[in-house]
Amino acid sequence: MVDMESKIKQLIAAVLNEMGVENLELAGESQAVAVTEPLTDLTTEDLREQLLVPEPENREAYLKFKQATVSRIGIWRTGPRYLTRPQLRFRADHAVAQDAVFKDVSTEFLKEWGLPEIKTRCADKDEFLTRPDLGRELDAENATLLKKSCQEKARVQIYVADGLSSSAVERNAKDTYQALVQGLKGHGVEVGTPFFLRYGRVPAMDAVADILHPEVTVVLIGERPGLATAESMSCYMAHNATTGMPEANRTVLSNIHQGGIPAVEAGAHIADVVKKMLDQKASGLNLKK
Amino acid sequence: MAEQILSVGIDIGTTTTQLVFSRLTLENTASLVSAPHIEIVAKEVIYRSGIHFTPLQTEQEIDAGKTRALIEQEYQTAGITPEQVQTGAVIITGEAARKQNAETVLQVLSGFAGEFVVATAGPTLEGIIAGKGAGAAQESKQRGATIANLDIGGGTTNIAVFRNGDVLDTACLDIGGRLIQLRDNSGTVSYISAKMGKLISSMNLPIAVGQRSTAATFAALSQRMAQVLEEVLGLTPPSAELQMLLTDHDLRRDYKIDFVSFSGGVADCINPLSAGDDYQYGDIGKILGQAIADSKILRQLEILPATETIRATVVGAGSHTTSVSGSTISVSPLALPLQNVPVLKLSPEDETLPIPLWGEAIRKKVQWFNLEGEKQNLALAFKGPNTLSFDDLTTLAQGIISGMAEILCKTCPLIVVIEKDLAKVMGQTLRSLLEFKKDVICIDTVSVENGDYIDIGRELADGNVVPVIVKTLAFNY
Repeated sequence: MVDMESKIKQLIAAVLNEMGVENLELAGESQAVAVTEPLTDLTTEDLREQLLVPEPENREAYLKFKQATVSRIGIWRTGPRYLTRPQLRFRADHAVAQDAVFKDVSTEFLKEWGLPEIKTRCADKDEFLTRPDLGRELDAENATLLKKSCQEKARVQIYVADGLSSSAVERNAKDTYQALVQGLKGHGVEVGTPFFLRYGRVPAMDAVADILHPEVTVVLIGERPGLATAESMSCYMAHNATTGMPEANRTVLSNIHQGGIPAVEAGAHIADVVKKMLDQKASGLNLKK
Repeated sequence: MAEQILSVGIDIGTTTTQLVFSRLTLENTASLVSAPHIEIVAKEVIYRSGIHFTPLQTEQEIDAGKTRALIEQEYQTAGITPEQVQTGAVIITGEAARKQNAETVLQVLSGFAGEFVVATAGPTLEGIIAGKGAGAAQESKQRGATIANLDIGGGTTNIAVFRNGDVLDTACLDIGGRLIQLRDNSGTVSYISAKMGKLISSMNLPIAVGQRSTAATFAALSQRMAQVLEEVLGLTPPSAELQMLLTDHDLRRDYKIDFVSFSGGVADCINPLSAGDDYQYGDIGKILGQAIADSKILRQLEILPATETIRATVVGAGSHTTSVSGSTISVSPLALPLQNVPVLKLSPEDETLPIPLWGEAIRKKVQWFNLEGEKQNLALAFKGPNTLSFDDLTTLAQGIISGMAEILCKTCPLIVVIEKDLAKVMGQTLRSLLEFKKDVICIDTVSVENGDYIDIGRELADGNVVPVIVKTLAFNY
């Protein structure tokens, strides 16, 4: 037996040697060590700093290109396929995006902020995703609750809706809201009572305005996530919003997230935009620079 | 959407004085659903002055009156009044910068040229401005290459090395075409600069003021100067004369130079086809150009033609000194424009401190500054955290206010320059904490370093941006 085993070992060693593989045992050992290390969360790696091209002509210039885009350039390939790492990263980012859509904004988040919760006509997340029409409307019960919870005819009514990314809202909404309120205060503008609208789509702001009649309605809402980020939030604003108003009357600021416009800076910018709406009594394409 | 502004560049050099007017086009390049992003999308030189000899009163003094008259004449010829000029720079370069009244002339001219035309000087900045004007910065970005631009003027050679569009290294040498001046075309010397005198004696050459020398003697001296340029570029081992001719610091020579470009008046003399008498300019510029043409630089390095030669510095001053701030900023309009504000930047170590400790770090640094007089101000600069919650932002703003207490008791505005996109909210927060009683200038997407001076102009593009000129006096390694 022993003799046989050593013969086989010799044979394998000879074959490997011919193939140019040396130190077989060493290589095996180092791999084993690598496996015992804790796995890092792939999505925490900064893709803009990760260049997988093995021998770039000019690494510095390539990294500069990467700084200028979220696109996955310089990820190299094996034959016609992705390398394992970018392939896994794609799937990880896709999973993060799915989580952002299917996850609910937590009640702890709302409790901590102290936001009253209102719901559209959607019964649950599945209905929200399959019936956009119901995500634009409030039933009588929620309309009454909204009226009871909030001040009517505020100059500016700000609220938060989950939209298609709960992660975006949990990450950014409060910072943007606080900066926005501070900015408006600086302009001498008071705001109404903020609330949270669950299963809310953008045009739900028209239904909200029909109930509360603010001069300007502002909604901070989660954007449909992509592979670049699942935490991007939008802000839609309209002067004298009402059901059936033209879409062109909505003003939007998108891309509010760490890699876009930072949440606090967005709040400050929105404050100036809202001030313009109040001054010009207009929004969307009617709003002049 | 596009907005155009008029910029002036004025270069008072050792030999020549020039002016250009440039049209800078600003445009919002962001989509309808994004916050505005205003950029300079085009730069076009619309007027080039003649190339005038710099008027001198004595060897040590510039003739301020004649220089001003010359500039006024060019404004008239161009049909432009100083009121129309929104930005720009007056730069005094080479030996002219060492004249006794250089500072005065600069101030007088910048005052006349337009409200926000800034005065600059200093060998580091000269080299960078010339390199940008010569197209070396842009070309290095396009090619992803390292390009050294040698701006060889009458008094100095300013070298700026660019890699991928960024400044990598600079140096300045007392090498130029007008460091020896001739009285007539027979080769009688009328002026020798101090450093040239040293170089001449180190070589035992028969060159002296009032005496006639042969073309071969001037050629020998010029070849030595060309050799020193080989030394600074690392083609020939460095000698004691290289150290003697450097005005501040040497090039590092720890990187590979892919291309070399030449600008400045002497650049035009490197071309072997340059016609005319060797002594036509009353100096040795043409002979120096020939010596450089025959040097190792042209034989061993790849040469790129410069987009501007004798006008590189003035075009750089007119077209490449102004940039714009980020597009979401917060400024008190009446406090602008501001000029020559020294920059106080927090160190990377300071920025790793927990936010509540920033105030103390700022206070300590402000103490180092000798803030004398009611009008002495400074601009607080930092990069800014990657993420910042509203609560942290408020804490940071409180820290800035407590740290900048010495400034806040004065009448001048509070100036904060941030690299990250945070200026609008920071400005609003500072203003609100100061109960709207203090002018606040808070701008972002501007990168400055300690020792820089910053000029901030009036609002442009519907108040979205301000023009900014950063004057780098020392290049940090």
